[in-house]
Amino acid sequence: MNELRQFSRFVSGSVRLVTRGNGAYWLWLFVLTVLILSGAEAFARQVRSGLVVTAMRDQVSWGFYIGNFTFLVGVAAAAVVLVIPAYVYNWKPIREIVIFGELLAVSAIVMCLLFVLVDIGRPDRFWHLLPIVGHMNFPQSILAWDVLVLNLYFIVNFIVVTHILYRAFHGKHYSKKVVVPLVLLSIPMAVGIHTVTAFLYNGLAARPYWNSSILAPQFLASAFCSGPAILLAVVQLLRRFTKFEIQDEAIWKVAEMMAYATFINLFLHGAEAFKEYYSNTEHALYTRYWFQGIGEHRTLVPYAWTAVVLNVAAFILFITPKARKNVVLLNVGCLATYAGCYIDKGMGLIIPGLTPDALGEIYEYYPSIAELRVAAGVFALGFLVFTLMLKVAVPILLGEFHGTKPATTS
Amino acid sequence: MKRAAAVLSLLLLVLVVVRSGRARAETPPQTRQAPPPVAGETLEVPPPPFSDGIYPCNTCHDSLKPNPTRRVLEFHDEIQLKHDEQHRWCLDCHDAVNRDVLHLASGQKLSFDESYMLCGQCHGEKLRDWRAGVHGRRTGQWNGHKTYLLCVHCHSPHQPHFKPLAPKPAPKPPMRPIR
Amino acid sequence: METDEVPEGKLPKGVTRREFASIAAAAAAGWLTTACGNRRLHEIPKDKLRSAVARMEAEYAAQYGRAVRVSDTGPMDDVVFAYALDISRCVGCRRCVHACVEENNQSRDPEVQWIRVLSMDKEKGVDFKDANPYYAPETVPEEGHFYVPTACQHCRNAPCTKVCPTGATWTEKDGIVVIDYDWCIGCRYCMAACPYGARHFNWGKPTLPAEQVNTNMHVLGNRPRQQGVVEKCTFCIQRVREGRYPACVEVCPVGARKFGNLLDPKSEIRYIIENKRVLLLKPELNTMPKFFYFYGT
Repeated sequence: MNELRQFSRFVSGSVRLVTRGNGAYWLWLFVLTVLILSGAEAFARQVRSGLVVTAMRDQVSWGFYIGNFTFLVGVAAAAVVLVIPAYVYNWKPIREIVIFGELLAVSAIVMCLLFVLVDIGRPDRFWHLLPIVGHMNFPQSILAWDVLVLNLYFIVNFIVVTHILYRAFHGKHYSKKVVVPLVLLSIPMAVGIHTVTAFLYNGLAARPYWNSSILAPQFLASAFCSGPAILLAVVQLLRRFTKFEIQDEAIWKVAEMMAYATFINLFLHGAEAFKEYYSNTEHALYTRYWFQGIGEHRTLVPYAWTAVVLNVAAFILFITPKARKNVVLLNVGCLATYAGCYIDKGMGLIIPGLTPDALGEIYEYYPSIAELRVAAGVFALGFLVFTLMLKVAVPILLGEFHGTKPATTS
Repeated sequence: MKRAAAVLSLLLLVLVVVRSGRARAETPPQTRQAPPPVAGETLEVPPPPFSDGIYPCNTCHDSLKPNPTRRVLEFHDEIQLKHDEQHRWCLDCHDAVNRDVLHLASGQKLSFDESYMLCGQCHGEKLRDWRAGVHGRRTGQWNGHKTYLLCVHCHSPHQPHFKPLAPKPAPKPPMRPIR
Repeated sequence: METDEVPEGKLPKGVTRREFASIAAAAAAGWLTTACGNRRLHEIPKDKLRSAVARMEAEYAAQYGRAVRVSDTGPMDDVVFAYALDISRCVGCRRCVHACVEENNQSRDPEVQWIRVLSMDKEKGVDFKDANPYYAPETVPEEGHFYVPTACQHCRNAPCTKVCPTGATWTEKDGIVVIDYDWCIGCRYCMAACPYGARHFNWGKPTLPAEQVNTNMHVLGNRPRQQGVVEKCTFCIQRVREGRYPACVEVCPVGARKFGNLLDPKSEIRYIIENKRVLLLKPELNTMPKFFYFYGT
């Protein structure tokens, strides 16, 4: 009975927390809401008229949605992989960030699943993908695996986050029996979701650009760049606008890790580019389309080189101790990493994989307005989830919002 | 004689049914019943593609003396022989005595709906492929009754090169959404 | 339009309340029937399949105002279908493409075509990189070109059926790779996996004029498709399971298209494999197509 009262107080307190905030907070929520509504409207139109409102066609049958999905799987994976040093080496400074990593993972997975939902031609049949009511094509279909591991990963992280926060709310330390095994499970799962997502592409012999065994390691490397990049931005904002204290040391350590990850990412990209260009088989066509264009088809070329420049710049900034300890340069590095990986792993992965198509035709894909609106809506929804979760989590972790005292806003 | 018998028996393997649809009233339907090469298989050939009113040839040729010399044709002026024309002329294939039939190099007479035998004298490999259903178009049942076309339905015997065709419309290239 | 009693902005434009209710009811009914036992078509017991097919016949008959026959004929014993195409004969006239569209009830707009004829350069050989499907000269064949028509290769080791997350596509006992249009979720993973560009997606609502409907349908073949699902060549399953040749075979003016039973040593297909120079598209992928290209000369 007492437990129930506690729970209802937690819920009503949380509602109070998210409904209070300054002007910037409300403006942020307003912007997100507008984007979500615009996305919802575009999605409704897409459901009615079909995916013909996107720029995808038989020639390039996956596009912006699946690109974003792939990128966000990386974000979800990497955010949690920060748990490794925290729990394995029990390194306190990062441990404070971990909870935010898991919140980020939860929001990223929400976006991933939404991107899959908006991409499929029959969202009304999504339940065909579920076990028992539907039919999952095990063990052959990597997509069936992906749906499974993403959902499990979501559940695991959601339980960990809710458990830690709920216990903190009641002024108790989290139960090690619950959290440690789940966190330990979530580490291989984080690697797993990204590996499975890489295998999704990697396993397709029809698409030489993807059919490279370097793809899964490269996915992981780029995830270790983009995930922490977002996280660093978030913790800095938290430090700035809340009483949350995060040591510089933690930020620098993460930045240093990102330098190594960026290097490995660049190295793997370089290895792949070498193979393609030096051996110069017919499979080099796709890499050439990305970096040079084919004939007059050069739409993606500027993006390819922007990504290279951004990733190299980020590496230089993060590997230089002085630069990564400088707040401005650190943030420039984060932004560069984020943008670089976003181009690389979104459009840069999907589009050259499908262009030229299996019969050699070149259709230059770039997203339609409808796709941009739907995607913006999905991102906004993800950010909204993340914002609201932070709004509750931060006061709990600061001890400002707990079961015994009335809630206060930050 | 033995070869002729072999050819004949091969010929008998093929059951030829002349459809009466396009046949001129004068053409008696020539049907041969024989054990088909594959159990349950029936081969069917439509009538040869004569120009309108040209057959039977003997309507005119009965009263004409055969002229084997190479010359510019007066009546059949639409025929431009482009089929190994250095070595051949009309009566190498058309029978001099009975213009309603053809003849093989052996002298054996051949009706027009068996003309593939004549073609097969030189194009033996094509004839073999055609018999197997691999050269030329087949319609009907993949596991039963099939219809063949004669060589001359696609290749004019006088100018056998396949005539160019106007292609059907090309597919529409992928279009981005308008707006 | 009966929108007068509908408050503005409540429903998508062009959908009346009555329509909306009926769509919702149909969706709910569809969900219930599918969820309660009516699973993927090849899992449905024979008698239930027959009644499902009868429902389809009624639905399509109402939709197009014509009597429709939807067959559920299964595979024959000791038959595995295979196809062969003579690239030394094909002149690229595209009669097959359009006969296929008419036979198989493809959407006219947006245009869906199961066969794609590629014009290739004789000097370059079979090379997709420089292939052109959009050639439109006065007459074909064009000087210096040859033609490679492509469609589903009905691979024995089919990448598309392997990747399908819901098992909505599979290989039948007679070797035909089919799709259950009612189970496909439209994720298009199969399209990414197909090395032959054989799978086509209904990006928009398929249109099929009632007077052009081929009313001889098969449940796994040419019955009308829905928006948002994938479709492809079925070797004209509605014809070949009844012993007939596919439409493209019968229409080909040069007789370049051959079809038959791979298990029958006397079939055209076996003759071709044994006597002609045969090639497969992208053999290095080990898809093991049952679609053979050959040089008849």
